[in-house]
Amino acid sequence: MEQFNNRNVADDGYFLVDIEDYPTTGWGKFKRVVNRTFKLELFVGLWVVLREMIKFDIHTISYPQEKMPIGPRYRAIHEMKRLWESDAERCIGCGLCEKICISDCIRMDTRIDEESRKEVSEYTINLGRCIFCGYCAEVCPELAITHGGEYENASDQREHFVDYEAMLTPIDVMKQNAQKEFEGFGAITPHEDERVKKTPLAY
Amino acid sequence: MDNAYLIETIIKVVVILLVFSALAGIGTYFERKVLAFMQRRLGPMNVGPFGLLQVGADGIKLFTKEDIIPTNVVGPIFKIAPVITAATAFMAAAAIPFLPSFELFGYEVHPIVADINIGILYVLGVMAVGLFGPLLGGMASANKFSLLSAARAAAVFISYEVVTGLSILAPIMMVGSLSLIDFNNYQIENGWIVFSQPVAFVLFWIAAFAETGRTPFHLIANDHEIIDGFGTEYSGMRWGLFFIGEYANMFFISFVIPIIFLGGFGDGSVLGALALLGKMAFFFFFFLWTRAAWPDVRPDQLMWLCWKVLMPVAVINVVITGLVMMF
Repeated sequence: MEQFNNRNVADDGYFLVDIEDYPTTGWGKFKRVVNRTFKLELFVGLWVVLREMIKFDIHTISYPQEKMPIGPRYRAIHEMKRLWESDAERCIGCGLCEKICISDCIRMDTRIDEESRKEVSEYTINLGRCIFCGYCAEVCPELAITHGGEYENASDQREHFVDYEAMLTPIDVMKQNAQKEFEGFGAITPHEDERVKKTPLAY
Repeated sequence: MDNAYLIETIIKVVVILLVFSALAGIGTYFERKVLAFMQRRLGPMNVGPFGLLQVGADGIKLFTKEDIIPTNVVGPIFKIAPVITAATAFMAAAAIPFLPSFELFGYEVHPIVADINIGILYVLGVMAVGLFGPLLGGMASANKFSLLSAARAAAVFISYEVVTGLSILAPIMMVGSLSLIDFNNYQIENGWIVFSQPVAFVLFWIAAFAETGRTPFHLIANDHEIIDGFGTEYSGMRWGLFFIGEYANMFFISFVIPIIFLGGFGDGSVLGALALLGKMAFFFFFFLWTRAAWPDVRPDQLMWLCWKVLMPVAVINVVITGLVMMF
């Protein structure tokens, strides 16, 4: 994963190639032909590919059997998280994700439950419209809706992925403390504890 | 013509047909693997161990696909064109000695269908006829890209055929015969022709790339410019015949180059036979190698190369050879 974090790609050996102007005169063209013929440039190309064949440094993987690790910030199919303390759903039904969604694909419905608390009764994401921008995960005040790493979304029905029950962390995963937090934009950064301050009114 | 000769010839024809049809299939496997390794890929991996049965899978696919004849094509020509390519490729094999003659059950076998005294002329001529496949198929296809490909086929054909003929002329002058067996025997006594005719060797090799339509002269069926050229409208086994023709041609020309220039099968020992197969394998590998390494040239560049560079060089080569032989 470290290799993806290096943004200064130009530092490892990139340089500007010095290309001569094309010859315009007949004599210049002739000199270029002779030069190219006897410099044996073609064999440089042959050697490069043969070297790669001998090194046998294969860069592809056989995909369905092996998979590349994807970044923790990758934005694939949405997930709904549970609270660590109570295993209850984090979503408080505030509707911010529905509001901010620029492709208008989140739809939610809330009601007041028996304990007179707000409860999400319907929550759907239209994956046909979703552009996976990540705004919903960014805006969510409870870190409830996040993006997961499941990118293989070929199915008979797109709805197979965005059923609320399917997006929610399964309760048995929660019991094993195996829920994975989203590390992408909008999530808590690793040093959040040191940076947290009191509310402005207090100082 | 006695019966034994007839039976022997038929058996040889069948064996060559079977062996080289199979080799053409395996050739596609090698091509995909070699190209993949050179580009740091894996190539076919899923069908059989290391993807070895991919050839069979491709064969099943080609044979069972629907044979589509589009509406506006010129039917008979469209249908016969792939057959021309495949048939002429195999016809050219008739005059090629694939191995030295050997004893089998006390019967002397000559692994050449017909040792005709115009061998090399026949091989090159029949291979040249093979270009009618792309030409006719492209013109009959009622498709602009196919038509472009046919036009290119005609241009390329005229260009490289001159170089092939002129470059081979100097070795023919030295050997004094057109039979490929005589070429082989000449080189036993006088050493490989490549040492006395290096220019002719390089010219013929370059022309062989145009002859078989391989990269860097892969412009008749240039996938990235004109879809598949003459093959655009073809499907199923008709397209497969084009393919078999192309690969069989590669194998045959890979036999012809070492026989003419690199000593052939030598004195007829087992070692010589293996050496010929080794040389053939190298030239076949080189076809795949260049495809991974080199870019394609434009049609006008190919014609410029053939007419303005290779042909004068070939003519000068012939003249110098003649002068040396005269004095």
